[in-house]
Amino acid sequence: MDIDHIARLARIDLTDAEKAQFGAQLDSILDYFERIQQVDVAGIEPTAHAFAVENVWRTGDEPGDTLPVATLRTMAPAERDNQVVVPKVVE
Amino acid sequence: MQPIYYRSITEIRQALDAGKLTSRQLMDVLIDRSEAVDDRIGAFLHRDFVDARAQADAADARRKSGKSLGPLDGIPVAIKDVLAVKGQPLTCASRMLEDFISPYDAGCISRLKAQGCILWGRLNMDEFAMGSATENSAFQKTRNPWDTDRTPGGSSGGSAAAVAAGEAIAALGTDTGGSVRQPAAFCGIVGVKPTYGRISRHGLVAYASSLDQVGTCTRTIADAALLLDAICGHDALDSTSLDLPKTDFVAALREDQQQPRKIGIAREFFGAGLDPEVKACMDAAIRFYKSHGCEILDISLPNVSLAVPVYYLIATAEASSNLARFDGVRYTHRSESANDAINLFSKSRAEGFGAEVKRRILLGTFVLSTGYYDAYYLRAQKIRTLIRQDFEQAFRKVDAILSPAAPTPAFPIGAHKEDPLALYLSDLHTIPVNLAGLPALSLPCGFTDSGLPVGMQLIGKALGEAGILQLAQRFESAHDFNRQTPSL
Repeated sequence: MDIDHIARLARIDLTDAEKAQFGAQLDSILDYFERIQQVDVAGIEPTAHAFAVENVWRTGDEPGDTLPVATLRTMAPAERDNQVVVPKVVE
Repeated sequence: MQPIYYRSITEIRQALDAGKLTSRQLMDVLIDRSEAVDDRIGAFLHRDFVDARAQADAADARRKSGKSLGPLDGIPVAIKDVLAVKGQPLTCASRMLEDFISPYDAGCISRLKAQGCILWGRLNMDEFAMGSATENSAFQKTRNPWDTDRTPGGSSGGSAAAVAAGEAIAALGTDTGGSVRQPAAFCGIVGVKPTYGRISRHGLVAYASSLDQVGTCTRTIADAALLLDAICGHDALDSTSLDLPKTDFVAALREDQQQPRKIGIAREFFGAGLDPEVKACMDAAIRFYKSHGCEILDISLPNVSLAVPVYYLIATAEASSNLARFDGVRYTHRSESANDAINLFSKSRAEGFGAEVKRRILLGTFVLSTGYYDAYYLRAQKIRTLIRQDFEQAFRKVDAILSPAAPTPAFPIGAHKEDPLALYLSDLHTIPVNLAGLPALSLPCGFTDSGLPVGMQLIGKALGEAGILQLAQRFESAHDFNRQTPSL
């Protein structure tokens, strides 16, 4: 597994020690999981949910109370003027 | 008579109704008990004595004025720290959510509140419910009340340990791959995971959405039925929750006609690696059912040997997506050294997540990544179909499947520290059930020579909770394993 590539995709900074440890552990886990390649799955439909419930429509979708802005604001790590503050995104 | 903190909901209900006990007295007993033992057990991450006593007083006032809300009014239920209770911490045992307070109630919590339950504390767990020993909590280890050098199992280890230690009468946990049943087995209590969709997942912090299900930790099967009746039911806020008539498992137990049932024994669940003392307890349970008129049939579930890889491919893929929301922006831990839009995510996640959560997110990201999706994720979903079909075939012949809940009794803390795969493989009895979405329970069925509890699992067909609860109650009423208590 290309641990640098996967860590970048997952948006997790890893230390060199973590890269070595997780890389080795995940390789041995994937080695064991190779046994799934031996199963004949031709013509088998994939299962995403044990009981697929489809086309669920909300009935009586009336506007109701939502979470108060004041509550949500206090949950943010940094906030100003009713907005969440983040580091500068564009130069 | 057992001390109050070791009694069942049913016994406590009788005492409350007879005026021999108040909810406030009960709450005081549980608070005293947890103060006396929790420094050795570590089941709770958070307890609010003032709030718990106020809830108890409110229940007593309702009962006095004839406005009691039903059989659970004034009964404390402790909650795994993954289910949202408005105004209480919700950490998922993670640094990522260390300071998070729930702004709303989970679906199952709203139902407990409507029936007057006291919401008692926040229980320790593996971080984001990823683990089988409650050793992955960012905050503390939980110890098994029967042997404090051993784990209580996981991920709902706090839930099972709190009930086993008498710090709670009942608790809610969650079960994605066995996280209620395996700790229940390790701690000598009853754990039930109902059919996928029975209980709303709204307000349950998602790990693997197609597998996650709320479950109960109780002392008796009757208590599990009471609690399940309280929390099962459709919720418009979880579009996968099933819209079905109200359950009445309490009535199903009361009206059990003791019909003989066909019980399947799958050879794949009795393979190498099964502890001989666990095996002996299973043999005794099989003999019990045989002597009580049940027919025991050998069955095969040929694809369950692949359930562990299939589960860890699907669950980690779902986790990598679900946990993307913990990004350092709106309500989570934020790295103080973050200085641009990308390292705001990657540094906050590096600091906020523990090792097992990182490992699973990385694995899930890998199996969903370009070039590997078909070979791992899609293939795992197809084998999931085969596993489901194995159970469908088996349930044409049998009414229930009996197996160990775990291959061994509780193992020592730290036993699998360097070897995550070995720990993954210990979930082989519980994982296939989640992949098929079936109901299953774990029931105390004996002790090892060294005094560790052993649990057996009964698996039912979809929506067949009543059948396995009845079978379990027949066993329970003929034995006293669940009346034994650890010496603390």
